[in-house]
Amino acid sequence: MDARITLRVDGEQRLLTVDTRTTLLDALREHLGVISPKKGCDHGQCGACTVLLDGRRVTTCLAFAVAHDGAEITTAEGLAHEGELHPMQRAFLEHDGFQCGYCTPGQICSAVGMLDELRAGWPSHVTSDLTARPELDDDEIRERMNGNLCRCGAYVNIVSAIREGAG
Amino acid sequence: MRPFRYERAEDASGAVAAVAGHPEAAFLGGGTNLVDHMKLGIAGPELLVDVTRLGNDAIEPLPDGGVRIGAAVRNSVLAASPLVRERYPVLSHALLAGASGQLRNLATTGGNLLQRTRCVYFQDLTTPCNKRRPGSGCGALAGYTRYHAILGASEHCVAVHPSDMAVALVALDAVVEVEVPGGSRRLRVADLHRLPGDAPDRDTKLEHGELITAVELPAAPIAARSAYRKVRDRASFAFALVSVAAALDVADGEVRDVRIALGGVAHKPWRAARAEDALRGGPATEDAFRAAAEAELAGARPLRDNAFKVPMARNTIVAVLRDLAAG
Repeated sequence: MDARITLRVDGEQRLLTVDTRTTLLDALREHLGVISPKKGCDHGQCGACTVLLDGRRVTTCLAFAVAHDGAEITTAEGLAHEGELHPMQRAFLEHDGFQCGYCTPGQICSAVGMLDELRAGWPSHVTSDLTARPELDDDEIRERMNGNLCRCGAYVNIVSAIREGAG
Repeated sequence: MRPFRYERAEDASGAVAAVAGHPEAAFLGGGTNLVDHMKLGIAGPELLVDVTRLGNDAIEPLPDGGVRIGAAVRNSVLAASPLVRERYPVLSHALLAGASGQLRNLATTGGNLLQRTRCVYFQDLTTPCNKRRPGSGCGALAGYTRYHAILGASEHCVAVHPSDMAVALVALDAVVEVEVPGGSRRLRVADLHRLPGDAPDRDTKLEHGELITAVELPAAPIAARSAYRKVRDRASFAFALVSVAAALDVADGEVRDVRIALGGVAHKPWRAARAEDALRGGPATEDAFRAAAEAELAGARPLRDNAFKVPMARNTIVAVLRDLAAG
């Protein structure tokens, strides 16, 4: 069954008609040609499809597009501003935070969303004092990035990239 | 995937009427479990009623010292809530031990309670499963049972409930508010989930069309000293082999009150009432903690591959209580 929806993707208003079964990921990739979110596991386990949805990081493979009519989406592509890479994108390049690069757009969106959560004072599973302001160390980065897998195993450089991208 | 119609409900009574009036309808929350099940072919609703915009997405303090959580509150927001972190740390800890940042940003409080087992035989359409297809048999019993139940299982189903949050809620004596056709009712979270018995297809005592609209946490000064420990195969983003939610009130070396609930061991979050009874009024010593854990686990019936869960549950209970007693 078709539904007409609008999505604001990387700053651009897009109108599209989707079958209700279409995930947000497929709507982006197959309907709008926005291919920086990647399809990895398609079950919410790998994080390759991560974008910022209304400002928060989510896996787009487990969301139906029709349920997010009117949403604002930022993909890794949209993080760059007027041709200038986002600091997190630059940090991934400088630290060689990837090998094949397939998981990278999801890693970068997740890292940007994760830092917003940290700045808002959100604790994680490894935060020892729930009432204190969490500080970013490597354990925090690893725990908070648990939803992004890298099959090449570039984790060591991903952690350094995020440490630098956090500023 | 089976084609479906999508509706966005505007209020709880409308959502309930829409789902109750259609046998093949389902509520849609964050979708992290249901969308996956629709892809896998485990679920195939004809109508999805979106309940994420009913206006029940607030976390509010109650006059008696409790907290009311709207069912649409996302797991990440609940875990980070200053009210919860201060009054019910066990709940924040449990939520943060589950899933990933991305999934917690989607998953709702109501949906977390209603998520279904991760038993691989339930999720694999090529194997029999009494929960997925009543009467078809149990693939797990003839298969690999490392991740399955040690308490309260039946010959029809040995699956475990996967939620971390629900374990903390059971320890906290939380109550769910349920919208039903023509009204509402309240149910303790401890009474929400069922043991499998001969009807493992039913996870909870909710009838078709009944909708959880809120979770209420009663005032619980004991929860200020509470903890959640989750034992799993890897350090993060994995379901529990065994988990323990506990709160402890000790004065002059004596247990004044205690709450213990277990995850990963049964078809429902398991309130360890026997262990609690054994501890109340007695000494807060490691020997007493161990004896209480053993009393609780005396009824354990491990399967071929999960006998390790019995000592694991015992040791985890002891470790959590010991840490809480040490302050």
